[in-house]
Amino acid sequence: MAILLILEMRKSVDKFKHIISKVIPLDRSNVDTDAIIPKQFLKSIKRTGFGPNLFDEWRYLDHGEPGMDNSKRSINPDFVLNKPQFKDSKILLVRENFGCGSSREHAPWALLDFGIKVIIAESFADIFYNNCFKNGILPITLQKDEIEELFSGTETKTLEVEVNLEKQFVKSSKSYSFEIDEFKKSSLLNGLDEIGLTLENKSVIANFEKSYFSNYPWLKQE
Amino acid sequence: MAKTLYEKIFDKHVVLAQEDTYLIYIDRHLIHEVTSPQAFEGLKIHDRPLWRKESIVAVPDHNVPTTDRDKGIQDPISKIQVETLDQNCKDHNLLQFDMSDVRQGIVHVIGPEQGLTLPGMTIVCGDSHTSTHGAFGALAMGIGTSEVEHVMATQCLIQKKLKTMKIDVQGKTHPLVSAKDIALFVIGQIGTAGGTGYAIEFCGDAIQQLSMEGRMTLCNMAIEAGARSGMVAVDDTTINYLKNKPFAPKNGMWDLAEKEWRTLHSDSDAVFDKVVEIDANMIEPQVSWGTSPEMVKGISESIPKKSNLTSDKHLDFQRALEYMGLNENTPINEISVDKVFIGSCTNSRIEDLREAARYLKGKKINPSIRLAMAVPGSGIVKKQAESEGLDKIFIESGFQWRDPGCSMCLAMNADRLESGERCASTSNRNFEGRQGQGGRTHLVSPAMAAAAAVHGHFVDIRNEEISG
Repeated sequence: MAILLILEMRKSVDKFKHIISKVIPLDRSNVDTDAIIPKQFLKSIKRTGFGPNLFDEWRYLDHGEPGMDNSKRSINPDFVLNKPQFKDSKILLVRENFGCGSSREHAPWALLDFGIKVIIAESFADIFYNNCFKNGILPITLQKDEIEELFSGTETKTLEVEVNLEKQFVKSSKSYSFEIDEFKKSSLLNGLDEIGLTLENKSVIANFEKSYFSNYPWLKQE
Repeated sequence: MAKTLYEKIFDKHVVLAQEDTYLIYIDRHLIHEVTSPQAFEGLKIHDRPLWRKESIVAVPDHNVPTTDRDKGIQDPISKIQVETLDQNCKDHNLLQFDMSDVRQGIVHVIGPEQGLTLPGMTIVCGDSHTSTHGAFGALAMGIGTSEVEHVMATQCLIQKKLKTMKIDVQGKTHPLVSAKDIALFVIGQIGTAGGTGYAIEFCGDAIQQLSMEGRMTLCNMAIEAGARSGMVAVDDTTINYLKNKPFAPKNGMWDLAEKEWRTLHSDSDAVFDKVVEIDANMIEPQVSWGTSPEMVKGISESIPKKSNLTSDKHLDFQRALEYMGLNENTPINEISVDKVFIGSCTNSRIEDLREAARYLKGKKINPSIRLAMAVPGSGIVKKQAESEGLDKIFIESGFQWRDPGCSMCLAMNADRLESGERCASTSNRNFEGRQGQGGRTHLVSPAMAAAAAVHGHFVDIRNEEISG
């Protein structure tokens, strides 16, 4: 019955694998989900295709709208994501309170579509943090001084780091350990389908409902 | 054991517990057109039914036009999204207030208005401002689309317990200081990440004196302090608001419910993980000056000086000033505006419109204002306002009187700022580009927005003449 102990692994997102990649240093605090994926792109009814519009207002010099050919738009050469060395990077390094604001899951969808699998920050906003795990993205929280060290490592050269979720460390010239909730870790490592897992407890939910509605009958009324 | 309000509601909804991970039951699921289509698609792919469709209420709000409603949606992509919601509601036989329904409006306005939001409920919606519903002594929070799908299929959410924070606003605010000012002041104090990981309960004299509309404004902004949930305990104000609402319990059921609802407050000896005390007298009308809601000052103050900030804030400070086209140390009341927006899930309820109209009565907006618009939160709010003649006051002063929707709070429809335009806005986010690419947002209360429209710049409404 337990949530954690169900061994039948239902796959939904890809399993999280050991990653070695160049780090994209985005030196900003309070990056909100409006910046990650502007509102005009939320009109899509799909989960995919948001990558070209990730950080749209910072990445391009013109105004983006859905349906545009992004390859023909003028890009902002100063924006870090546009540097050629980061074309295939899987790791984003940011400051505090990343992903604040709107609950739009289009934000992790856009990051994932671009190729980001790991975000390292001093802190994350709650809803965004949660949304990452549902999409196979690992958000890692490190201490302020550790983030500072990583940023200084990116100043003169392209920093490459190794991320090991199983053993919970990030390694560049130095190794940093990170904390993560066990359930979330196992979901990522195994690519679990959480809905499938919860539905293993169908009868428990049904029994709960029975007593719940007898205690609070007005909630049954519609 | 003494419990906080959050713990009382949480504990009643635990279906399963495994160490510190809980499966909690969800009573009410509000959906709109932007964050639900992918969830419906997911259900279809896995061939999963809805667990309890009666718990779901749908409304289109983000994309809907606020003018010429009868012509339908002009933007073809927005149109598909709204039609997809219509189709999903039809396929699953869900309660929806569609664009032609007088009950249509912003999801966080219509839930309470219809009595679909009730005390003690767990309420979710794929929208961060779901915290609004906590004003009723409910546990309400925004979720992502994967969780929307999870709740549709299982009626449950996998959760950790949040920490609890009590924000105690003691004393009495000035009569022209509103719930919006309290919210912005609190965010200025604790920061936009101050509430991360917490459920906030707002307490104290100043909170008890607020109407339900005011409490909704306050809880709505809890997310801007980083808290997924904000809440206020149930009292007579809550009970009186709910009585006779269309979907509220009736007769004997009402009596049963009221008895339970009266228990929904933190026990006097309950322990919070954090307590923040605020003196209501300290709060003056607030105006945000930067690109994060924590960049906010009182109307008599000035934008901070860089030299007064710690060095780790310098980069963000500089970037915010550049984006906003402002200089450090500028007095707030010298900032002029181009547009004025009164609306959004924060400030589009009847009290908000009354507050703005009370100020506008007999006045004209400044010729320097390019556009001033009032967007009621729902068709019902609009009707109520018109029955009180508020629409005439807005229109005579030079405001446009629109149809309900999210409108220029996030500019997904045609209502938006042009690059460089500066707006006094009663919405909730002043992020870069939020109201249109390059647009500059100043968050204020409805009365402060109205006063900015009349003067063309921010003024202290405490010094202004106000009718009746």
